[in-house]
Formats: sequence, C-alpha cells, structure tokens
Amino acid sequence: MTSSLALDWSEPLVAGEVVLDDRVAPNASWSAVVRAGHVLTIVDVGGNQSGDCLLYNAADTEERYSVPDTLAWQGNAYVRTGTVLRSNLGNPLMTVVGNEIDRQDTIGGACSKESNTLRYGHHVMFHHGCRENFLSEGAKHGLGLRDLVSNLNWFMNVPVEADGALGIVDGMSAPGKRVAVRAETDVLVLVSNCPQMNNPCNDFNPTPLRMIVVRP
Amino acid sequence: MTDSVLNARADARARGGQTSEWMPYLPASSSPYRPPGVEALTWAETVAPGGYTHKVLARGTRIRFDDPTGDACAHVIVYNALETVERLNLADTVKIPWQAYLGAGHPLLSGDGRVLATIVGDTSGHHDAFCGTTTEAWNQRKYGDARPEGPSPAGRSLFVKAAAKHGLAPRDLPPSVSFFQGIRVDADGAFVWRGSAGEGTSVELLAELPLLVLVANVPHPLDPRADYVVGPLRVHAWRAAPTGPDDDRFQATPEAHRAYLNTIDYAEARGL
Repeated sequence: MTSSLALDWSEPLVAGEVVLDDRVAPNASWSAVVRAGHVLTIVDVGGNQSGDCLLYNAADTEERYSVPDTLAWQGNAYVRTGTVLRSNLGNPLMTVVGNEIDRQDTIGGACSKESNTLRYGHHVMFHHGCRENFLSEGAKHGLGLRDLVSNLNWFMNVPVEADGALGIVDGMSAPGKRVAVRAETDVLVLVSNCPQMNNPCNDFNPTPLRMIVVRP
Repeated sequence: MTDSVLNARADARARGGQTSEWMPYLPASSSPYRPPGVEALTWAETVAPGGYTHKVLARGTRIRFDDPTGDACAHVIVYNALETVERLNLADTVKIPWQAYLGAGHPLLSGDGRVLATIVGDTSGHHDAFCGTTTEAWNQRKYGDARPEGPSPAGRSLFVKAAAKHGLAPRDLPPSVSFFQGIRVDADGAFVWRGSAGEGTSVELLAELPLLVLVANVPHPLDPRADYVVGPLRVHAWRAAPTGPDDDRFQATPEAHRAYLNTIDYAEARGL
C-alpha cells in the first residue's frame, strides 16, 4: 500500500472543444448528461481512485447500463478500449475510446453501508459508501433504489482467478491516468468518487477525480 | 359445436383433465415428479422451453430446480417479497463471498446486506453470474426472431411479463443469474463456454426471506448452438427451515455469518 500525495489533473484524452470540466472532491458524487458524440474523459487525479459509475439513456432512464449485456456481447469479463457499454436492451450507451490502464472493472459492484457490514463488520455501518452517493445524486434526476444496478468501477482492479476467486486488489492506475468514453446517445452519467476506507479500491486514500467533456 | 353458450361451455369443459409435458401440478403434492423424501409440496411445475414462471414463497421454503434433459437454463431473479426494492445483487453475490462461480453454500445476496436465498444443493456446478439473460436485440441478431409470442423469446421479455404480474416495472429488473449452463473466465477475461453438466442434475435454493421468484427458461446468451435449444425445467418447492445457528453454513465464513445475522435480524423485527 502506497499513498501518493502527488496530484496530476492531466487533460482530455480526446481532442475537442471543452463543454464541461468539473472536479469531483474525494467522497463526493457527480452527474451530467453527456450528449451523443461527446467524449467524457475521467482523470484519476491522485492514482488508484475508484470512480463508481452508472449510465442511463437520458431520454428514458428505464434503459440503463447493464453489466451482463456489456460482457455477453463482447464475450469478456473486463472493460478495455473498444468495449461497448450496453444497456439492458442491448443497445450501445457509450464506447470506451481511450484507456490508460490494463483493464477497467465492471464486476466488483458498488460499496454500501449495508454490504460493508458483511465485508468488514458492523462497526463500519456509518462509513460512507458509493450506494449512498448514487442515491443522493440519482435523486436529483428522479432515480431511486429501483434504478441502481451493477455498475462500472473506473480505475479499480478486480481479477477473476482460475478457480473463480475474485476480489478487489491493489490498483494498476497512477496519478493522471485516464479513461475516455464516447456517448452513443444522450447519456446521463452518475459517478460516485468512492469513499471506501476498508479495501484498496482507492489505495485507502480517497482523492479527486476530474471529469472533462469535449465535443470532438 | 360451439354455436350456443351451452354448447360452447360443453366444448370448453370437455378440454379439461388433459395433461401436457409442461404444466403446473395442483395440488402441488400430486406432482408426478415429486422429489424423493418430500411429502407436502407448495409448488410443482414443469416450465416449458421458452417459458417462464413466478411465485411468492414463504421464508424457509426449499426450491428445487431439475434439468431432466440437460438443456434447461433457469434464469432467476429473487426479491424480498415484502419490499421488492430489495432484490438480487449479483455484484455483491460474487464479491462478498470472494467467489464468482456459484455452487452449494453460495448465498444469493441482496443489495441490502442480507441473504435472499442460499444455494443448498447443486449436482450441476455449471452456472453463470456474468452474462445475465437474453434481450430482444440479442435474439433478433442470433435467431432472427425475438417476438415475445414467437418461437425464440428473450429472457428479458419473459422477465418483463413475470414482473408485471407482481406490479413491477422494467426498472425493477436487476441482472439475473442462470443455472444449468455454465461459463468460465480465462486469464484474459474471455468467457469459455462449459454448457451443461448433462441430464438429470438439480439445484436447490433455500428462501431466507419471503421471496418473489421470477424464472425464465431460455437458452443462455452464449449457447453456441445456432438454433434456439432449451429443454423443460422442473420446479418443486416445499416448506423447510431457513438457515440458523445450527447449520454449518451459518458461520462458514465471517461474511456469510454477518449476512445471516442481518437476515435473521430483519426477519425477527418483522415478526416473520
């Protein structure tokens, strides 16, 4: 476990006119509609900071990101450049057009106050969690618990071993590493800057994220 | 002769008493496929290939799925029947036990830190918690037809209807798990098809809370066969006891132990 004090705010991974440039504080949530054709760059400013992420069709949020559809269509458990992030109807919501780490996770899910009690004990019940962030950020868009499904975890490392063993291990990212996703339709993006303090999904040191949307 | 009400009634009534390869059995204990050693059943049904079923079950119910031909694929979603916003969370189901491949002893967890059901029996071992079920887009591409009323309905189309019969909307459908057709993940992350363990295997779930169970029996999305191949699925359920401190699995792992504690805490507070 290493904690880096260095922050690298980096720059958009894809060139274009910047239409949005937000900084997400540690532990906080964020959301925005990314218009079709626009590219969202997410910067791992402090290194190994999990950005838990959900996607919705902005015109009809009943259509939302689907882990199984994304994985079944590509026949692979990991998210990399070229991965099409699909909806529960099988439609493309976004495409990964740039990625500076080996692979991105979409099988580890989000932390929550409730699941934390299973993983670490009941003493952590009042730690903050990504499900809390998704609920408060989603409420701004009329979304609730029924709308929360399995999510993406940008910059998080969840290997599946040969015997099926799976878990969150030390990250492969570093300050300034980026991932870029292009919207294939107007997409509502929800992000929780993961506050987990009991596993290495953020190097035990929550740091900021930078969200930059460009019109290429 | 159906030219009058009386004749139509006689015609309709003459259709009764017949059997089908796929049908519910009532009373459930009259099932011709009653599991050995079980006397009183609360649910007995053979689900058609391409068919679906759904049931609300009491806490402590034991549910057995049988794949008589080796071609069934049981896509399953479970909910807390009392608060359906609490439902299967596949990410927690694989992350918290530190294991992606389902088998006996594996809990099916909700997003609320509780066990909805435990896999208490498994003679197949060929299951999948990654790929979910099929969509109309998938079946249209693969089979050229995805109409819900057609010969190759998608699992999602069936879940939409099953959920609707309990007042639930498409937004109430989380990713599902599937039994009897397996995949593995190779070192690069690629899915490797394992398919069926053969005919005659079974999976048993134990309801740890009052459950709404939705089941769609459709081909697995990665089934390599070009045709829509799926066999009948038998479902039987009977009353038993939920997991408690006397069961070995209650404290098999610290994560499972706390999950069962949370589940029992909820049940006792609700007077279940």
